[in-house]
Amino acid sequence: MDVTQTLDRAPAAPALVAAEAPLAKWALVGLALLFLGFFLFLPLVAIFAQAFESGPSAYWAAVADADSRSAFGLTLVAALVAVPINVIFGIAAAWAVARFDFPGKGFLVSLIDLPFAVSPVIAGLVFVLLFGMQGYFGPWLAERDIQIVFAVPGILLATLFVTVPFVARELIPLMQEQGSEEEQAAISLGAGGWQTFFRITIPNIRWGLLYGVVLLNARAIGEFGAVSVVSGHIRGETNTAPLHVEILYNEYNFAAAFAVASVLAIFALVTIAAKAGIELKTGMHGRTR
Amino acid sequence: MSISVRGVTRQFGAFHAVDDVTVDVEPGELLALLGPSGSGKTTLLRLIAGLEIPDAGRILFDGDDATARSARERRVGFVFQHYALFRHMTVFENVAFGLRVKPRKDRPAEAEIRRRVSELLDLVHLGMMADRYPSQLSGGQRQRVALVRALAVQPRVLLLDEPFGALDARVRQDLRRSLRRLHDELAVTTVFVTHDQEEALELADRVVVMNAGRVEQIGTAQEVYDQPATAFVCSFLGDVNLFHSRVERGQAYLGGVPVQVPSTHAAGAGEVCVYVRPHALTVQATRDNDHQFRARVVHVNAAGPTVKLELLSEWGSPFRVEMPQDRYRALGLGLPAQRDVYVTPDPAGVFVHPA
Repeated sequence: MDVTQTLDRAPAAPALVAAEAPLAKWALVGLALLFLGFFLFLPLVAIFAQAFESGPSAYWAAVADADSRSAFGLTLVAALVAVPINVIFGIAAAWAVARFDFPGKGFLVSLIDLPFAVSPVIAGLVFVLLFGMQGYFGPWLAERDIQIVFAVPGILLATLFVTVPFVARELIPLMQEQGSEEEQAAISLGAGGWQTFFRITIPNIRWGLLYGVVLLNARAIGEFGAVSVVSGHIRGETNTAPLHVEILYNEYNFAAAFAVASVLAIFALVTIAAKAGIELKTGMHGRTR
Repeated sequence: MSISVRGVTRQFGAFHAVDDVTVDVEPGELLALLGPSGSGKTTLLRLIAGLEIPDAGRILFDGDDATARSARERRVGFVFQHYALFRHMTVFENVAFGLRVKPRKDRPAEAEIRRRVSELLDLVHLGMMADRYPSQLSGGQRQRVALVRALAVQPRVLLLDEPFGALDARVRQDLRRSLRRLHDELAVTTVFVTHDQEEALELADRVVVMNAGRVEQIGTAQEVYDQPATAFVCSFLGDVNLFHSRVERGQAYLGGVPVQVPSTHAAGAGEVCVYVRPHALTVQATRDNDHQFRARVVHVNAAGPTVKLELLSEWGSPFRVEMPQDRYRALGLGLPAQRDVYVTPDPAGVFVHPA
């Protein structure tokens, strides 16, 4: 009898919670929306409003200016170098970590996270320390007339460094979860190593890989701190788009600064759309980072 | 094709997964590797497939040393326990995979691939499912796809890891029969791993019983069941009751009843374990000869064709007896709990092994 009563009463408890829920729910949702509107949407609107303040022609002039174009070009080059290299590294590292046991595996995984853990400014300083004139390899490089810091190679190195974790971080849990049975099956069916890699491994990780690439690309384009330290801010030569925004802003050229910034913002919106598209496709909803 | 496993050992760290195992598989045979989990049966299967490399020993295919050959070169069909179907490919493409990855000179034309794959899918009644993805299939269907995918490349050997492990009982029965039929039609040497003794005894021509990385016994289903070579085989294959006894002057006793002791260890005196199959014990309501011991009925489960009795022997060990429904009724025990009965062991179901 007791049992029956408990069972009868059981649904009442969730009903009580449900009755309380709407108020709390809407309060929380409202708070979140208010926060997002204030801290994210408003600034976004402000960027475009400022960018177009002096009219479309001024906007276009700022974006198409030689220094701006050079900055966009360098940013693009940095992304074009960082993406393929870190994709290859990320796949290789994830493969090694997910498929094999070896001494130092935990250390490798922690090391991959290092660029997330240290401040980008420190990452930039490390390269100055290594390759700058007062750095360890500076004199040796100077003798051979090779310039890394305050030149394009330094920017590429800094971008590479800060974007190391994205693909590997995305793929390690995915490949661990999927296991290697399908690959073993492919090999037992007569497939070679590359056939197995391109026909089985890559298709199985393709959405995770794409997700990683989108995030990696966004960071490569948006990186400021590390690149700022090694760049030297030479207009038309070692200026990336984010650095160019800062220079324009410091020169009180607000319209131009916001125009260049709006291009970066548009890219960010495209990235978010791509990321959402991938999440929709793979059911990775609610995943953070 | 014949397979010869010669003194093969595989260690994982300090753990001997497979320990000096020698097994011969005859051409066209259907062989079961039977053992509890951790007995090394799956590792042995993977060693035969080339998915693991032995630390010692050799593996011969038709007398040829295949030990150093990769899984790719061995031409074995391997069916994984969880099927390992390619999740991003349709059923058709899964089965076609082995043909598509062949070197160009050996690769059949597209029309020939289509014909062969359709033929294989029809063989396991999956022709209608060719365009589905693995996630859209039931467990039994996935298993059949995995099976024909392995067969598509015309392997010299078919290896199956717990082929029916993840399926429910009825599907399992069906697939057992279809595997037997397929094996008989194709006459391909087949080795499968199972922990289910019933499956091994029903399906296999011969059974290899494994325990702790070693082979306990190799023989036909009847041999391993009727003449278990070791205490482990005896208790792993079928239900047994265990009684403790002593051998004295070449004779062991179960209660007061003498039981046969194998000549191999009849000479010494010492502790032995007496294993008796539940169906090898005959129960009577009255004592009518000296080769009986007394026991008390504790519980009766009379549901189903076989009646299961739980009893307590006169010297206090619990044991179980099984008998057909009609024989139980003929006993006329009435309300049987707490009744005394008289039990006769049948020598054919009694095994004595050193303790």
